[in-house]
Amino acid sequence: MVPLTWYLMLSAVVFMIGVFGFLTRRNIIIMFLSVELMLNGVNISLVAFSHYLQDLRGQILVFFIITVAAAEAAIGLAIILALFRNKATIHVDEMNEMKG
Amino acid sequence: MNYYLLIPFLPLAAFIINILFGRSVLKENAHWVSILAVAGSWVVAVATLMDVISGKTLNQNLYTWIVSGSFKVSVGFLIDQLTAVMLIVVTTCSTLIHIYSVGYMHGDKGYYRFFSYLSLFTFCMLMLVMANNFLQLYFGWEGVGLCSYFLIGYYFDKKSASDAGKKAFIVNRFGDFGFGLGIIMIFITFGTVYYEPVFNQAGSFAANTVNFLGYDVNLITLIALLLFCGSIGKSAQLPLHVWLPDAMEGPTPVSALIHAATMVTAGVFLVARCNAIFSLSETALMVVALTGAITSLFAATIGLVQNDLKRIIAYSTISQLGYMFLACGVGGYTAGVFHLYTHAFFKALLFLCAGSVMHAMGGELDIQKMGGLKKYMPVTYGTMFLASLSIAGVPGLAGFFSKDEILWLAYSGPSPVGKLVWLIGTVVAFLTAFYSFRLIFLTFHGKFRGTHEQEHHLHESPKTMTITLMLLCIGAVSAGWVGIPALIGDAVGLENWISEFMRPVLGHPEGHGTHAEEWMVMAISIAAGFAGIGLAYFLYLRRTDIPARLSEQFSWVHRILFNKYYVDELYSLILIRPTIWSAKNILIGITDAKVIEAIVNGVPNAIGSFSRQLRKVQTGLLQHYAMIMATGVLIIVALMLLR
Amino acid sequence: MQPVMPDLGPVFPETVLTVLALVLLLADLVIKRKETIGLLSIISVTAVAYLLAGSLGTTFGGMFISDGYSIFFKLIFILNVILTVLISVKYIQIEKIDYGEYYSLILFATLGMMLMASAGDLIILYLGLELMALSTYVLAGFMRRDVKSNEAAMKYFLLGAFASAFLLYGTSLIYGLTGTTDLKAISSYIAGHGLAGNPVLMLSLIMFAVAFSFKIAAAPFHMWAPDVYEGAPTSITAFMSVGPKAAGFAVLGRVFLTAFGSVRTEWVLILIPVAILTMGVGNIVALSQTNIKRMLAYSSIAHAGYALLGIISGTADGLSSVMLYMFAYAFMNMGAFAVIIMLRSEGFRGDNINDYEGLAKTHPVPAVLMTIFMFSLTGIPTTVGFMGKFYVFMSAVEAGYMWVVIIAVIFSAISAYFYLRIIMYMWMREPKEAVELTTSPAIGLALLITATAVIGFGILPSSILTFARLAITGF
Repeated sequence: MVPLTWYLMLSAVVFMIGVFGFLTRRNIIIMFLSVELMLNGVNISLVAFSHYLQDLRGQILVFFIITVAAAEAAIGLAIILALFRNKATIHVDEMNEMKG
Repeated sequence: MNYYLLIPFLPLAAFIINILFGRSVLKENAHWVSILAVAGSWVVAVATLMDVISGKTLNQNLYTWIVSGSFKVSVGFLIDQLTAVMLIVVTTCSTLIHIYSVGYMHGDKGYYRFFSYLSLFTFCMLMLVMANNFLQLYFGWEGVGLCSYFLIGYYFDKKSASDAGKKAFIVNRFGDFGFGLGIIMIFITFGTVYYEPVFNQAGSFAANTVNFLGYDVNLITLIALLLFCGSIGKSAQLPLHVWLPDAMEGPTPVSALIHAATMVTAGVFLVARCNAIFSLSETALMVVALTGAITSLFAATIGLVQNDLKRIIAYSTISQLGYMFLACGVGGYTAGVFHLYTHAFFKALLFLCAGSVMHAMGGELDIQKMGGLKKYMPVTYGTMFLASLSIAGVPGLAGFFSKDEILWLAYSGPSPVGKLVWLIGTVVAFLTAFYSFRLIFLTFHGKFRGTHEQEHHLHESPKTMTITLMLLCIGAVSAGWVGIPALIGDAVGLENWISEFMRPVLGHPEGHGTHAEEWMVMAISIAAGFAGIGLAYFLYLRRTDIPARLSEQFSWVHRILFNKYYVDELYSLILIRPTIWSAKNILIGITDAKVIEAIVNGVPNAIGSFSRQLRKVQTGLLQHYAMIMATGVLIIVALMLLR
Repeated sequence: MQPVMPDLGPVFPETVLTVLALVLLLADLVIKRKETIGLLSIISVTAVAYLLAGSLGTTFGGMFISDGYSIFFKLIFILNVILTVLISVKYIQIEKIDYGEYYSLILFATLGMMLMASAGDLIILYLGLELMALSTYVLAGFMRRDVKSNEAAMKYFLLGAFASAFLLYGTSLIYGLTGTTDLKAISSYIAGHGLAGNPVLMLSLIMFAVAFSFKIAAAPFHMWAPDVYEGAPTSITAFMSVGPKAAGFAVLGRVFLTAFGSVRTEWVLILIPVAILTMGVGNIVALSQTNIKRMLAYSSIAHAGYALLGIISGTADGLSSVMLYMFAYAFMNMGAFAVIIMLRSEGFRGDNINDYEGLAKTHPVPAVLMTIFMFSLTGIPTTVGFMGKFYVFMSAVEAGYMWVVIIAVIFSAISAYFYLRIIMYMWMREPKEAVELTTSPAIGLALLITATAVIGFGILPSSILTFARLAITGF
């Protein structure tokens, strides 16, 4: 039997990898994938809690998160597409039209 | 819904209509809206007075603006005897002066603006007198102050006018600061700002003391004196009287309405309204009485030697306001309000006559350059003569009754300073008669001393103005008949109606003296009045060489009086110049203007440059934003851990 | 087991709105004039507003709560839709983005906000929040050919997703700790087990605070707001500055006062610095802005700071004052944006502060209206903005946060500078070039509604205040 803490540690690690990816990478797609990673970190902990609490809510929430993430991906890619059409780049460094 | 609501809101409606449509639509007809509105208010005010006479008083909250805990800001009206009298004074004077302005302001380029300000002023003044709580009173108080500022500086392209406006505004700040503190003290003490509970409970706080600037002072005395600070500013009493003479820079109808009949009497109204508080503190009453007495003497003596037509009347106003405070200070609130009421008529009339003279003289104000105007402008002369008789206290005219009542109460009342202020009051009565008739004789009698062009131009004023003068004159003559003293009244079967009428709000202190004493006081005041008139006649019509000789012989006295006791110079010396001097020499001299710059511009500049620095944090780069968010999270986590 | 139909009464308005939004999406295919769809969307939300009154109740096992509190916020959202549509109709033609989806997306975003306001469970909260967020991401980038709009959408999207992940992490922690996602159950678990000071609870509290701060644009999680507000279509900026912010406050109030009510002393420690920083950054940086949309973005940040004071005070009065504040803010901000939109015309952006020079001479009526809105945003008495500020500040004073209120008042005084600067430009400067205004009956109506409300509720605030206070009885 794997103890709960292991799952939680994994979850935290995956979440933090996501955070660091988001903070350090410049490519929008990679940044977006990092966010997905953060979400998956959350998913791991939710499923683990759900299992240990013997309660279905956590897993239900995970389903919703996956669904929303899919929708988010669609919208994110659409935005990136529109942006790429106008600027021919997907590097966030080159996107500072607005500042101050 | 009560119809009395119309009283303040008709002028407000007129203001809104004029300010919105005055420039584009109404133009030369702007006065119609204002006059109809204020005349409507007058009609309703009369109806309200009738209601009050028949015993219907009213204290009603109209609507509550904000509530927070025990703090409540609301609009409510208190209609009682005092309010009713004030309503009549305000609406009557306002209506007549509106009509007068049609002729006086004819052809002015800001015609609609003038009338919209007048309407706004009337609204604020009515809100002030109809309030049933201190906050609304304060609103009206500041409102009339603001309108006064606008109207004094009405000819804003004239520097002296805009300076005078500023001066009035700034000087009033001093008084209003105290007044505001007083209201805050009332709220802290009573937990409410409504008149009714405050006045009812005031008695139970009479013995409380409070630490103020390190001294233990009686709470009620402190509140009363703080409120009185407001009165001193608004009613131009010593030492804050300096703004009123300068306020004469405004158009004359404004001087008549705001700086004679209504706004400046708000201070007296405040004291009368708060009589429940003032009566509890002997100290406060004494301060009120002495301030009033000294101011009235002080202003009357200045009035003796001035040559500016409007300024003489302005000093006369200050002096008469002092009289009203004197009355309140000896406990004669009714007498004070009675004098306020009669004074409104004859003083407004004096100003309007002065306006009429100015109209004829093409703006000339120096009475030394006038003379003999009697035959050119008979109506103006006649009405002004009656007004002056009234202010001089000639028996039978309005001023006589109110003045006599004040002097008798001062003489016979319980006040410890009563006898003293009676003496001062009598002297002032003499001086008042003297300078009022000096003005009349120099202006209307003798030979014309101005230029030929002016003489050629002399004419009686248009009908709108002269009719107003005559109407006001009726008031100046007869307004006092509602307050015929019992001494005479009993003999001819008339009662002192106003005292009885006001008794429920203001009480009615009885003088303790014999009939003989009362006759004596009356006789002395009449004698003082006639002596003043006689002396003026003698000096300015019979032996015209004496005044010049006197002023030479007593040149130092003349100089002091002519320069108004150097109060302006004193302020300049102890307040204004040290400020400027230290600014110039210490600050500019030592720090090469950097310190002042730092104070005046530094703070905004520092914030501005800080702002421009802070802007740079917003780099436009997503990564930085995310980084700042993450840092924020970390800082909060650290904050919670380190707690 | 007999299948039990849940009570659909409380969720009926939302159901109707979903259906109507989908119908609009279909209607878009056959209706060529897009104004019609705008009109239909107004009719839809009005119908929903009508249904709200009968929807009181709790359903889906406490997951969905329709109470006075949520209804009050839903009315703000509906008002937001109506005003947004009114100011959009002409504007989106000028920007050449008059597609039917525009209105459907606004309705879906509003649906998300309504779910948020009614959420009695963290799952519903998350779903509502994402529905709102995803719709607004798209709306922010609706000007597909405009680089600024693209950039705004991209920034909003990435940072929004980032913040959502924090919300989920907080949810998962609180779920693990208490074994439930129901707000009331969480509350009773925390109180029952004496969890105050528990590190996991603290961590999840922080995560929630971060996510909600992001939505209401509170510093330091506000960084997206200025860029997104500037880049998004102006009508959407107006929409975003009112709706999602109000929704953020709705969930902030619900979650922090219901679920975490017993550990108030803990989260106050987070929110006070956030509020002060928010007011500081918002007001100070706004001083040096030259673009009016950007200035209003910082102003919007600052207003979030003021409104936070109501949450911080944590009392019923505090909560109702926040509701009043959001209500007031909806009108004054929408009004200001309506004027800004009027300045946008074919070939003229009109979002620079200099464009307002001498507006009073050339177009007095919009100048007067803008003056009213700026006065209200400053918080000058007899405007609704003053009411909002007054009650928020008073509630904080009564809760014993005098010092925070003093800071707030100082920042509020600073804010007068940049609001009054607009007025100064309009009234005291000479017009440089003739500014053409784009007017339409719809925008006129929007201005009429907002200006009347700003003055009307400024003079007669008692009705709305009583409503707000009634709404939270039994919260």
